[in-house]
Parts: sequence; C-alpha cells; structure tokens
Amino acid sequence: MAPHDIRRPFKRPVISDQQKRRELSLLRQAQNRRDAQHQARCLASTAFSLASQTLEAPISESELEVEALPESHKGHEPESEQEPSPKDFDVVGASKLKGAEARKWFAKQLMHPEWMIDIPDGLSQDWYVFARPSGKRCFIVSFNGTTISRLRNGSILHRFPSALPNGSRKKDVSGSAQSYSILDCIFHELDQTYYVIDMVCWRGYSLYDCTAEFRFFWLDSKLAESGACDAPSHYHKYRFSLVPVYNCDHNGLYAAYTEAAPYVKDGLLFYNKHSHYQTGITPLALVWKDENCSQYVIDTDNEGQVPSQQQVVLELQEDGRLTTSDDPPTVFGCLDGSFIERSGLKSGCLLRFAVGEGGVVFVDGKLENADLHYLGKANRARASADSFSKVMFQYSVRHSPLRIDDLLASVDSAVDPGAKPCDIEMDG
Amino acid sequence: MAMEVTQVLLNAQSIDGNVRKHAEENLKQFQEQNFPGFLLSLSGELANDDKPVDSRKLAGLILKNLLDAKDENRKHELVQRWLLLDPAAKTQIKSCLLQTLSSSAVDARSTASQVIAKVAGIELPQKQWPELVGSLLSNIHQIPAHVKQATLETLGYLCEEISPEVLDQDQVNKILTAVIQGMNVTDGDNDVRLAATRALYNALGFAQANFSNDMERDYIMRVVCETTMSPEVKIRQAAFECLVSIASMYYEKLAPYIQDIFNITAKAVRGDEEPVALQAIEFWSTICDEETDILEEYGGDSTGDSDLACFYFIRQALPALVPLLLETLLKQEEDQDLDEGAWNIAMAGGTCLGLVACTVGDDIVPLVMPFIEENITKPDWRQREAATYAFGSILDGPSPDKLATLVNVALPFMLSALMKDPNNHVKDTTAWTLGRMFEFLHGSIVGTRLINEGNCQQIITVLLQSMKDAPNVAEKACGALYFLAQGYEDVETASPLTPFFQEIVQSLLTVTHRDDATESRLRTAAYETLNEVVRCSTNETASLVLQLVPVIMMELHKSLEGQNLSSDEREKQSDLHGLLCGCLQVIIQKLGSSDATKYAFMQYADQIMGLFLRVFAFRNATAHEEAMLAIGALAYATGPDFAKYMPEFYKYLEMGLQNFEEYQVCAVTVGVVGDICRALEDKILPYCDGIMTQLLKDLSSDNLHRSVKPPLFSCIGDIALAIGDNFYKYLMYAMNTLQLAAEMYAHASGFDDEMTEYINSLRNGILEAYSGIFQGFKNSSKTQLLIPYAPHILQFLDSIYMEKDMDEVVIKTAIGVLGDLADTLGSNAGSLIQQSLSSKEFLNECLTSEDDLIKESAEWAKLAISRAISV
Repeated sequence: MAPHDIRRPFKRPVISDQQKRRELSLLRQAQNRRDAQHQARCLASTAFSLASQTLEAPISESELEVEALPESHKGHEPESEQEPSPKDFDVVGASKLKGAEARKWFAKQLMHPEWMIDIPDGLSQDWYVFARPSGKRCFIVSFNGTTISRLRNGSILHRFPSALPNGSRKKDVSGSAQSYSILDCIFHELDQTYYVIDMVCWRGYSLYDCTAEFRFFWLDSKLAESGACDAPSHYHKYRFSLVPVYNCDHNGLYAAYTEAAPYVKDGLLFYNKHSHYQTGITPLALVWKDENCSQYVIDTDNEGQVPSQQQVVLELQEDGRLTTSDDPPTVFGCLDGSFIERSGLKSGCLLRFAVGEGGVVFVDGKLENADLHYLGKANRARASADSFSKVMFQYSVRHSPLRIDDLLASVDSAVDPGAKPCDIEMDG
Repeated sequence: MAMEVTQVLLNAQSIDGNVRKHAEENLKQFQEQNFPGFLLSLSGELANDDKPVDSRKLAGLILKNLLDAKDENRKHELVQRWLLLDPAAKTQIKSCLLQTLSSSAVDARSTASQVIAKVAGIELPQKQWPELVGSLLSNIHQIPAHVKQATLETLGYLCEEISPEVLDQDQVNKILTAVIQGMNVTDGDNDVRLAATRALYNALGFAQANFSNDMERDYIMRVVCETTMSPEVKIRQAAFECLVSIASMYYEKLAPYIQDIFNITAKAVRGDEEPVALQAIEFWSTICDEETDILEEYGGDSTGDSDLACFYFIRQALPALVPLLLETLLKQEEDQDLDEGAWNIAMAGGTCLGLVACTVGDDIVPLVMPFIEENITKPDWRQREAATYAFGSILDGPSPDKLATLVNVALPFMLSALMKDPNNHVKDTTAWTLGRMFEFLHGSIVGTRLINEGNCQQIITVLLQSMKDAPNVAEKACGALYFLAQGYEDVETASPLTPFFQEIVQSLLTVTHRDDATESRLRTAAYETLNEVVRCSTNETASLVLQLVPVIMMELHKSLEGQNLSSDEREKQSDLHGLLCGCLQVIIQKLGSSDATKYAFMQYADQIMGLFLRVFAFRNATAHEEAMLAIGALAYATGPDFAKYMPEFYKYLEMGLQNFEEYQVCAVTVGVVGDICRALEDKILPYCDGIMTQLLKDLSSDNLHRSVKPPLFSCIGDIALAIGDNFYKYLMYAMNTLQLAAEMYAHASGFDDEMTEYINSLRNGILEAYSGIFQGFKNSSKTQLLIPYAPHILQFLDSIYMEKDMDEVVIKTAIGVLGDLADTLGSNAGSLIQQSLSSKEFLNECLTSEDDLIKESAEWAKLAISRAISV
C-alpha cells in the first residue's frame, strides 16, 4: 500500500480552456435544443398559420433575427420581405411585415363580434358579459423587447416598452426572449390605458384553441403577475387593465350595464364561454348597445352627424354583387355592369349606400330585398364592408331596437321564469 | 493436476526477449488448456517456500490479474469465471494463499495479501468464504511478527476491495480492534505498525459506528495521534494520512481533538521530513474543503437543525495556522516553476493558505499583510517570492471591499516587479498574482474599479512585454491577460481592450511561434488567451476577429502539411491541430452569434470545413474532439446550407459515433448530430438511417462509457424533432429502446448520490427523446402511431414522480413531456392523462414551483391538457 498522492493544482485555473470550450458548447446545444422545443410547442396552434393552412416548418433562427439585422446588410433584406407570401406567416414573421402587407395580415387576426340582433339561447348559463371600453380596438404583440399595438386596419398605433413578457429590453428571467404574447385590447384615450378584453397568446403559448372560460381565467391570473397592470414607468409606457367580466345572469348583466366603470362604456360585449378565439366575425361573441351605455348607438356619417337614412358599406364583387364582410357573405344587391363602368368602380371597392324607404325585407329569415341607394366610395380608412349583423342591428335600432329589458327578461326567464315580476309584454 | 511452472515463470522475466516471449506463450497455452490447473499451479508456486521469490511473485501477480481488471467488461468476465470454478480447486487455491501469509519471504506474503483481497472482493459480496475474516484474525495472535504484518496488510487490502455493507458490525469491530492493537504496540515491530496504520487508512470507511461511540472514537484518535510521533518516518506519514482521511470522513467528530491535532501538525510542518509535513498540511487543506462545502451548502446559515454543522475550526486556528503556513512559503525549491510534477512544502503551504482565505474571508487579511510588507522588498528572492505568493493566495475569499485599497496599491508595484525583478521565480509568481487580481477583483460583478483608463495601457504593455520573458513567466502573463479579458465579458460597447485588440492578438500569435512555445505549456496558454480575448470582444472589433479567420486557417493549413515527423513531433503537431480547431471554434461561435458578422464569415465556411475534415485524417483524439466541436459551431452558424458538407462529412460523423474507446470524441459527436439536426431540419433525412442505426447500437453497447448515454437519448429527440413524422420508420426501435431504459431507470433508490445524479441525467435524456418525438409528430396524420406508447410513458412519469428523487432539470423535462403528449395526442389521450397521477399532483406541484422554468413548463402542460380534455 503506497502513500496516497495529495498533489493539488498549483498556479492553475480550476478548469482548462478546453473544458470551458466543451462546456460552452454543451450549454449552447442545450439552449438550442430548448429553443427548438419551445418553438415546436409555440407552433402548437394551427391558428398561427393563416387560413391557407400550409403547414410550414418552424421559423428558422435566421428569420427570427431578421429584425436584428443591421443596416449594412441591406442586400439581404428585400429577400426576407418578399419571400414568404403573407398567407403563410405566423405572427412572429408577420411582425416583420411592413406597410400594407402588415395591415392586411393584422386586420384579419382579431375576433370580431356579431351585432346582437336576437337573443341567443342559454344566455345566462353559457355567456359572459362585460361593458366594452370606448376606444381603439388593438392587437398587441410583445416580443423580443418591444411591444407593438396595431389597430384593426393593421396600422401601428404605438411601439413602446411594456411589462408584458419580453415587452421591453429589461432582462426577463423566465422564458426565451423569442417567445411572444398577444393581447386583444381597446386603447382608451382618456386615461391612456390599454383595456385587455382577451388573451390570445401568453409567453409563446397559444390560447387560440382554448375556451373563453379558460382564456379569461388565464388572463385574470397572468396579466397582473407580469406587472403590466402597474402604473407607467420607464420600462412600461402604458398601463394595462382588466375589464370586469360577469356571468351573464341577471346580476351580472345588470352590473355590466349599470355599474360605473373606470372607462367610458361603448356597449356590452357577450362572449360564449365555450368558444375558441376565432379570427374574423363570429356569432359566439356579440355586441349590443343602447343610448345608456354608448355614445354611438346609431352610426354617424363622415361629418359625425347621424344621417337621416341608415348608411351601409358593402363590397363590390366582380359580378357586380354587393356583399357584406361575412364569410360567407350576404348579398344585399347588385350593380349593373354599365353603372360600374360609368363610375369607374373595380371589384373589391367598398361602396357606401343609403337604405331607402323600402327598408330591408326578409322572407323566412332570408334577406329578400334591400332598398339601396348609391352614395359613393367609402372612406379609405375602412378596412372592410359592414357585416350583415351590423347592418341589421343598425336597422333595428332605427325601427324596433332590442332593449336592455328584453335582455334582462331573457336571463331571468332562463333561471326561474316565475320568481320575478315579469316585464315582458304578454301577447296572449 | 498441478504442473511445474517455476522455470517458465522465471523465463517470463528473462532479459532475453526470445526466451521471454516463448515463456509467455507457454503460460498462455497452459491457461487456455487447463484453467483450474493453471490457477492451482500458480497458487502452489506462490505458497512454496522452496521456490525462488521471483517465480513466486510473478505467479501471484498473474493470479491477481486473472481475478480483476480495470476494464469493467473484462472484470465482469473474470469474476464470473472464478465463481464458476470447481469448488474444490477454489478451496485449495485459497488455502495456499492463506498459507503464504506465514512465508518468510516478504514479497510472497505481500503478493498473497493482494490476491486474497481480490478473491475476497469477489466472494464476500456473494456470501462465500465466510471463514476468511475469522481465520485472518486468528493469525493476529500468532507470535511471528511477519505473519502479523502480512495479516494486517491483507486486512488493509481487503477493506480497500470491498464496500462496508459486506461486513457485519461484529467483523468490523474485530478488524478495527486488531488493527488498532497492531498500531498500539509502541515497542513492537515497525513493519507490523506500518501495516496496521496503512490498514487503518482503508478500514476508516467501515468505522462509522465506532466513530459514533465516544469511547471507541477517543481510543482510535489517541492511537492515531500517538502513531504520528513514531520514530519511523513511514509510520508517521501513514498516521497523518489517516488523520487526513478522518478529517474528510468524520469532520463533525473532530472538535474534542482539534487542539491536539493542531499541535501535532504544527510540529510536523515545522520540523518533520517533507513527506510527513506535506500530509500535515493536507490535513488543514482538507478541513478547509469540508468547511467551504458546508458553508456553501448552507450559506452560513447555522440554524443547528441541519446534520452538517460547521465548527469553524479554521477560524479558531487562524492566528496560529496562518503564521505556520507563511513560514512554509519561504521553503521554495530553486526550479519548482519549471518542473510540472513538482510538489513541495512551499507549494502545499501556499495552496493551503489560499484555501484558508476562501474559508474565512476578510479575517485573513490583517494576519497576512505584515508578512507581505516585511518581505516584499527584501534582497533574498525567496522572501520576495513568498510575500508575492502570500498576496496572490488571499485574493480569493476576502470581500473586494476589504481588498480594494490593497490591490490598488499593489498593482503598480506588481507591474514594476514583473518588468524589473531579476529573479525568474519572483516574476512567475508576480504574473500569477496579477492574474489572480484580474480574476477576482476586476469585472462587472465587482464594484471596485481596479483597471481604468489611466492604467489600462500600462497593464497591457507590461503583460505583452512579459510574454517575451522565459516560457514559464510568459505563460503566466498570458494567464493574466486571459482574466483581464474575461473581466470585460459583459461589456457590450466601448470595451477598454478595443484600442489594444490588434496589438494583443499580434503578440499572442507571436508567442505561439516562439521556438520554446512547447515549454511550460506556453503555446496552449497563448491560444487559450486568444480564445478568451475573442470571446469577450465587442462589435467594435468584429472586423478584426474576422481578419483572424484566414490567419488561423493558414496556421492550421501549414500544420496539416507537416510530414515525415518523429513521434514526438507528431504529438506536438496533433496538439497544435487541437488548439487551432479550438480557436476556430471560438471564432465561429463569436462571429456566428450576430447576423452581420455571420454573413461576412460565411465566405470562409467551405475552406474551413475542408480543413476540419483533413484533421480527421490524423489519429488523435483531442484533435478530433476539437474539430468536431468546431464543426458543431459551424453547423449552427451555417444553418440549412450545412447540407452541402454532409456527403463528405458523414463518414467522420459515423466514425465519431463508433469511437467507443475515445469516448469524449463519441460524446462530442453526439452533440454535433444535435447541432446538425437543428441546422438541417428535414434535410438531414437522407442520413438518418445510418445515424439512427449507430445511435441505437451505441445505446445497446456495454463498451461505451456511460457518460455518453444520456446525450445519446436526447439526440434521438433532436432527430425526431428535425424530421417530424418521417421518424415513423425508426419509431418502433426507438420506443422499444426508450421503454427498456425507462423501466430500468424509473427507480434510483438505494444508490449513492453520484449514481442518482447519473440516473437523473439518463431520465432527462429519455424524456427529451420522448419530447422530441411527440413534438415531431404533432399535426401529422401519423399521430395515432404514438397512441400505443402513451400508457407506458405516463406510467414512467408517474413512477419517477413517486420516487421523489428527480432533480430540477428532470422535473422540468418530465412535466414538459406530459404537455407534449397531451398536445400531440389531444383527445386520444384525454382519459389516459386524466387517470395519471402526473396530471394531478405532479402537475400541481410544478405549477407552484419556485423554479421559473419548471413553472413555465407546467403551465404549458396544463394548457395542453386542458385542450386535450376539452375537445
């Protein structure tokens, strides 16, 4: 048994540079693996790729870094802008889109409620209600150290630092800097606050395929945690705020309608609890308003005046038909070819019409005839034609509006029809 | 049945190569023809006192080598062969061995001791040879001292060979009693005392119960301490070795003895012979190790409820210990800095002083400063060197605040000494001390500003000048520059090194070309420093880093041209290949990390790849490993374009995956496969048949170093993620392998910490593989292929959850797999998931975890599950 060697390293660093190289490589590989995994998980939702649904490969590193590309590499830039058709883009890619392309893409990403023209079944059980803040509807993406809000036509409202995940250059301890969060908001000018009405994506995890119930729960628990609801500061330019959401029973509906809110109300929004976040117009989210809860019940014209006749904006199709923005669209009428030629109109034009004395006539629930009078081209800022439900809501507001009492009655009757004094006018 | 082997054994040690070779062949033949007979003959030879010592010794050695081997597989074979041997033969062999312990020939006895221990190592864990310990102990009471000595030696080897749980406490007690008695016969035979003391060293691990008993522990400690004062130097050394071992094994029991031990060790350090003094210093170094471990683990939180309390022995001993260690610093050897293997009392004392500084922090400073001030300007180089070394030693440990003023004063002094001191040894230590200053007191984490605009230029000028000094000094100057650069690693713009970047790089390259660059690992140090300078450089010097690419490429090219070299030159050439590939790897990683520099770098990619491939033509593991690492970095930087290199590179990739012997090469290659998967994505498909085959082979091999297995599993996940549902053709094989491994590693109880850690890394690899496969198959029409595997995977998650021994990394990966499974299988797995424990308790635990990464994965899993069960 020989004596035991007790030599210790002398004037030597604890690890060699070779070992350091090895460890740095392993670290890089582990990080890359995590990013790859993370990306795979983020791409979970089919909703990120657009309607065309070509299932493309995960975004490559280079695409992710396009934004970081310095000026000296202009030569490379145009390629990355042209290459992918906007249809195949995910949201990170889309955030690199510029100008009109970007507007087109983002305009399609929001979920738009139908206007409530009749009361859905099960309103009290299956729906939420909340008072819609008055302001600009925005799609907010926080990613890679900035937060960008875009209006419903896709144009940028603000580019700012926020406490949302990866919303500012401040180091975020949790999660990859490449993960993004997307919120559906209304920007309320008066108090310069973004009121969050829905959460679409959080820290890279898509909530598109989640029920409204889950999304609201997630929104409720995550937003405050991020510090986004804190007062504005250097790294957090605008305050975000939650909107009180109620179960659409009598009390909830009553509260949403009557209770004071920190913001100016613009109608009530109804969300079906089981519906996913669906881009475009959906009947599973509804908007309703009357003079008590909105300043703008009846549409105004370009001068801000309520016109004597209802006006509608419709899209001109190739064959001359005039359609709403719904999918599938509703046809409200048809222009004849000679008129189109004479007026220099092209298919895709948004045109403004007045609804005449003849009004809108239904037979068996289907639009039979509308008395339309051509006024001219619509305002250029308009992104799309009116939806069918909007036209009908405006029509009913002018003729036989759906009242808050009707709504309250419907939720009461669902719970216990005999429990309360009945406001409904009895027919029989 | 035994055969006459004496002459053959003697011939096998002949100086005549032919005779030797012939004899070796004879022995081999005999062994193959009649294995039991061969062993019997050997044991008979060993036991026979009439035979020459040389043949007896070799007989024992061959026996020993037929019972044990370094290689795990070979060892396993040997053990099985012994266990299956005819019992009568085994009995006879063992009896010969025991009989040899009484032989008068010391070499025969000693060889027999080792062979007995090897046989015991096989048989005792099998509950065989139960009478061994008893019969050894009965030897102890025999009168002849040499029998006692041989028996104690055997007990020592025995304890070295087996693990403590093999012996029952009664046997342990008897062995310890015999050993301590052997040590305690103060007027007895020195050989017996030495054998007993060395046996105790190995038996200490068995003495857990005895050290918990105050009386027994007192007795053991008293005898060990007394033995440190034996007149025989070897016995004193062995006794101090015991103390060192006790310090690490029974730290918490030392309090009553520490004062006595201090006195004993102090005496040894001051007056005893060097081997003894070195052990005495090692005792205190070990105490430092223990205390820093405890303090690190509990953050100095002495709430008393942890089972590992710190007794602050070092703090208590400080006023006496520091002067003792400072004295040793003055005992330098003339050329210790030129001798790689040197280890003397000054080096041991200095090292211990550094450990003490780490243990106690600020308190050491006032105890060391007077020594430094007194000696640093003395004419005797030993005093200047000792003072400088003392200063360098205490730079790690005390707070930067405590040191700031001192270091600011010392810096100009050291710079001047490095230029002007006439002594090589002093300059070596001065450069090293400057390196320590930069390592511990310069950089973004330290509040103080050691280096500023005023002195930066001077520091660099001095270091670059010093790089022209003798190789050992130049090497330390490179090291100082390394840490100077490292201090700026977090600087994003306006690095103070920017103005000097070109000059520094040029000087380092000049160093690599020095004729004496292979001495004192100078060339290695120069390239390592160059690497760090590149790593820590900012955008401002990106163009200069880019210019470095063709320079290093040219170096590599030139070095690849060298032919007809001697074996010594070849080795140096391979070292250089390794260094240059390492340097290119660092550069690629640096330039690849930003788009601007990446695209500029790409012009060299083809040529660089060509050079790396040429490195593979040289057989050298380190160079291969470095080239492979560099290729991984290149693949990451190149992205999908890397596909063009694959046809040529593939064979080396395969070779790397097959390199079991140089397992580091294999491990690095596995990592590079992952890099390539992420770079190429589905373009890797054409190569997957070969790669997957090799990965699965590697996983099923017993010959591959175990450390490679976890990354092998992860790599399967990388491939699946890259090629998506094209993975279906490997699915059955991969899942089969994963399932077997999962079953094997679901439970880790009953293993030591190291093994549990290893099992956790295996689990992590297996889980990463599952993760990659599930994510790869997502949104595919082939998703249903995965459904049959879901129950088993969920069961695996449940069972590792219930084991409660996962580390954070595994928890994070495991909960992620739960999410991936739910995400990919959706409603197909809804009810299965809901039945699993993981989806409830485990998930809930993770959701409330304090670890952000775990929480994040858990939130993902929750989301995926909610989707899967809501559909």
